[in-house]
Parts: sequence; structure tokens; C-alpha cells
Amino acid sequence: MKNGFSIKPYLLIAPYLLFFLVFVLFPVGFSFYLTFHKWNIISPMEYSGLDNYARMFNDRLFWQSLRNTVWFLAIHIPLQIVVSLGLAVLLNSNIWFKNFFRASFFLPVIISGVVVTIMWQQLYGFHSGVFNQILSNMGISRIGWLTDTTMAMPSIAIMATWKNVGLYIILFLVGLQTVPASYYEAADIEGASAWQKFWHITLPAINPTLFMVIVFSTIGGFSLFIEPYVMTGGGPLNSTLSSVLYIYKQAFEFFHMGYAATLGFIFALIILTVVIIQKRFIETKDE
Amino acid sequence: MRKSFTYIVLIVGTISFIYPFFWMIMASVTPEKELIHLIFWPESFTLGNYTKMFEKIPIGRSLLNSVFVSSMVTFGVIVFSAMVGYALAKIKFAGRDLIFYVIIFTMTLPFQITLIPNYITIVKLGWVDQYTALIIPFLINNFAILLFRQSFMSVPQALIDAGRIDGCGELRIIFQVLFPIIIPTIVTVGIITFMSTWNEVLWPLIVIREEQLMTMPQLVTLFSVGGRSENQLGVKLASAVLLALPIIITFIFFQKYFIQSMASSGIKE
Repeated sequence: MKNGFSIKPYLLIAPYLLFFLVFVLFPVGFSFYLTFHKWNIISPMEYSGLDNYARMFNDRLFWQSLRNTVWFLAIHIPLQIVVSLGLAVLLNSNIWFKNFFRASFFLPVIISGVVVTIMWQQLYGFHSGVFNQILSNMGISRIGWLTDTTMAMPSIAIMATWKNVGLYIILFLVGLQTVPASYYEAADIEGASAWQKFWHITLPAINPTLFMVIVFSTIGGFSLFIEPYVMTGGGPLNSTLSSVLYIYKQAFEFFHMGYAATLGFIFALIILTVVIIQKRFIETKDE
Repeated sequence: MRKSFTYIVLIVGTISFIYPFFWMIMASVTPEKELIHLIFWPESFTLGNYTKMFEKIPIGRSLLNSVFVSSMVTFGVIVFSAMVGYALAKIKFAGRDLIFYVIIFTMTLPFQITLIPNYITIVKLGWVDQYTALIIPFLINNFAILLFRQSFMSVPQALIDAGRIDGCGELRIIFQVLFPIIIPTIVTVGIITFMSTWNEVLWPLIVIREEQLMTMPQLVTLFSVGGRSENQLGVKLASAVLLALPIIITFIFFQKYFIQSMASSGIKE
């Protein structure tokens, strides 16, 4: 290869650079700028100092959406790990119809979230929903899956878990298959219990996958939008108001662009902080 | 004993993953009055929900919109990402590491921060209610760039040198010489991009207001939350079935590729 300067690589990455400037770098800067302004997109922008931040600290709905997200993650993450890891371990043995099982678990992953949400909204229905019909046939009282303020977010968390299980099964399977069979044979000779084998051999092998599942689920929790938008509209009593739904409402129902940008900016910082903490925590556990 | 436990859990699992789809399809052909009792099989069948839905919303047009937008985005992502991935993998140039870090930075950036400013950019460009608003912002995909970079790094340099001796420019080397040997990567990028574009709802909701230009998931969403389905469940569910059907059929035929793509990427939606 020649050593001289060549314009070629720069031509190849030129579209990328243009995209980066217009849709990444500019918006990040502009978003920060917007947090100091009041703007409804039609009339001229007004400088408002730190008003947006002050307003956010006193905004009951901002804190509510944050609490809702934490509540969602507290249910979603453990459930997601237990169900997908459990099914992955079962699928990792020598069984018939492995591909069929894997494919059926994977189906919800590729289906649009809108379809899944519309479907579950009916399953969760108070009077005609399948879950409550089964409960009342068994003589148990009906549950307000989406109408009870404490139940609504867990109901969405269960649905979100159901939707993603198939993907994480596949990722866990990749991790599980990296463990040589000889490790388990050696452990058998030593007389290790199933639990000891899981804790000392399986778990270390799937640690990177575990981290991936936790991070993806966390980001997913902060990105919840279509589920509450279609199922509950954020209700009952804002108990399913998610961070993105709140940004959406502020921006496109009330046209508070400055305030919506402030919310977006702060939520992004929260997400990055949480992910960095998770990374630290899991890496130290590794040693 | 252990084996039968495994099978019982897997079969119960499978039922719980397939049943909701089965119920939805059944419900979409059930008369409204019977829906309250439907658990498994309706007493009578009707296609009324579908005809009613076709009268109310331009679902056929939205299907074409979705196919067009998703195909354009997929095509663009493959072309542009391959160009950048190739430059990063096979050419030494000043600033290459910087570009690589920029890509990693962009990937970790939560979309919440760019959502509002990007909407404003679209408004200022006059792209509201235009296909460009749905296509242009998605033409570059950082994850696809990394996949192509990875793939091009394992391509033998001799192949590229031979191409140069034959007088090929960089573009011909990428798209004619190298593309045939990295087909698995192209398939992976294609499937992931097409699916994520197809399923995107939030962005179309923001930038498209004109019903004739709406994507299919967007139209179904608005139909479901808006008053126009008149709270008739069967009609809502019929629209959801039509939205799911193309993906389910494609999945049945190409499930191996779908699962491989997602496994190699570990990315969702």
C-alpha cells in the first residue's frame, strides 16, 4: 500500500460524518440549549434560565414516572433472568423438538410491540379477559390487571418479559454452550450437587450474558412507550406513566419543547449512570 | 423422571407463548357478542371485523408504506454501513480511531436525548408528512457498521490487492469483490434493520400525521387508541392480526436466519 495521503477513506465515511453531525452531535448540543429555554415551536424561543430544571424537581409526575420505571425494573429484571435462564438450561439438554420449542419462544420477539400490547390488553380485560375468566371459573376473585394502580405496572412488566424471553434464551444458550462437557464430568466425579455445578461452572460462563440481559432490560424499562400508550394511556392515576410517555405528552400534547428536552436530557443521564453502575457491580463480582 | 419434568415445563411454556396468538386470531373472526366468553373456540365465525376495518382505515396503503420505508432503510443501511465498515477495517487513515470512538459513543447514547431536537430538525427541514422523515434519519446504523467492520477484518488482504491490480475502485471492491463472501453478515444486518424499522412506532407517530402516509404499526396503534374502532374489540384485533401476519409467515419460512441473526447481534427491536 502507498503511504501517501488518500482522500478515499474520507469519501467512504463522508455520509456517516454528515449523519453524525445532523442527527447526533447537533441534537445533543441543541437539546442542552433547549433545557434553558421555553418554546412551543411556533412562537419565538424564550430564555428561561434554570426554570425547566426547577420545575422538574417540583414536578410530581416526573418523580412518579421515575418511580414507575424503578417498580417496573424491580419486577421485570429478576423475572426476565429466571424465566429465560431456566428455559435455556432446559433447552441445553439432549431433547426432542428443540428447534420447535426455541422457535415458539422466539415468536413474540419478532412481533411488533403494538400487536403484543393489543393482544395482552384483551387477555388482561377485567370482565371478558381470559385470565379473569379462568380465575373466576376456579372461584378466585377477578384481578384488576390494568385497572388497579398497584397491579398495572407489574402487568406490563409480565408482558414485557414474555415478549423478550425468546431472545434471552438464545443468548443464554450461546453462553451455556461455551462450557466444555468435561467440566461437568469432573464435577460429577467429585460428587458435586446440581446446585454447586450451576453456581461454580454455569454461572461464571454466562456472566457476560447476564450483564447484557440486565443492561438491555434496564434500557428497555426506560424506553417503555407503546405498552402504556396503548394499554392504559399512562393510567390508572398515572401508575403506568413511563419516562418516554411523559416526554411524549409534554412535547406533543402540551408543546412544552424546552421542558420535554430537559426531561429527555435528565432521563438520558440517569440511564447512562445506572448502566455504568451495573457494569461496575458485575465486573467486581467477576473477580 | 428428570426428562419428563423438562418436557412438561417446555410444553407448558410453548402453550403460553403460542396461545395468545391463537386467541387473537380466533377473536378476530368471532362476532362481537360472543367475544366476552371466548377462551378457545367461537360458536360462530364471521369476517365482519375485517370488512369493517377495511372500510375505516387505509390498511392496505399502510402496508405498502411500511414495505417501502423498511426496504429503503434496509438498502441504505447495508450500503452506507458497508462503506464505513470497510474503511475502518481495511484502510489506514488519520482519525480512524476517532471515528471508531464516535460510533461507540453514538451507540451508547440514549435516544431520549435526541428525540425532541430531531423532531425539530425534521420540522425545520419541512419533512413532516414525508417519507424522507421516516427514511433519512435511519440510514446510518452504528451497530451495522460494527458488524461489517468485523466481517471485513477477516477478509484476506490478497483479495483486495488483486481487485486493485484489476483496476477496481474502492466501491467496486466492496460491492463486487467482497460482498459475495460476506453474505451472512449482509443477511444479519438486513433482517435486523428491516424488523426494527418495520416495528418502529414512536418516531412515525411524531413525524407523520397524514393518514395515507402512515406506517402499518402506526395506523394500527392510532386505530386502537383512537375512537374510530368504536371500542369494538374484534375490529381492533383484526387490524393487529393483519399487522402480525406478514412477520409470522416470514418467520415460519426463515426462522433459522432470524434466530441466527439475533443471536449473533444480541440486540433487540
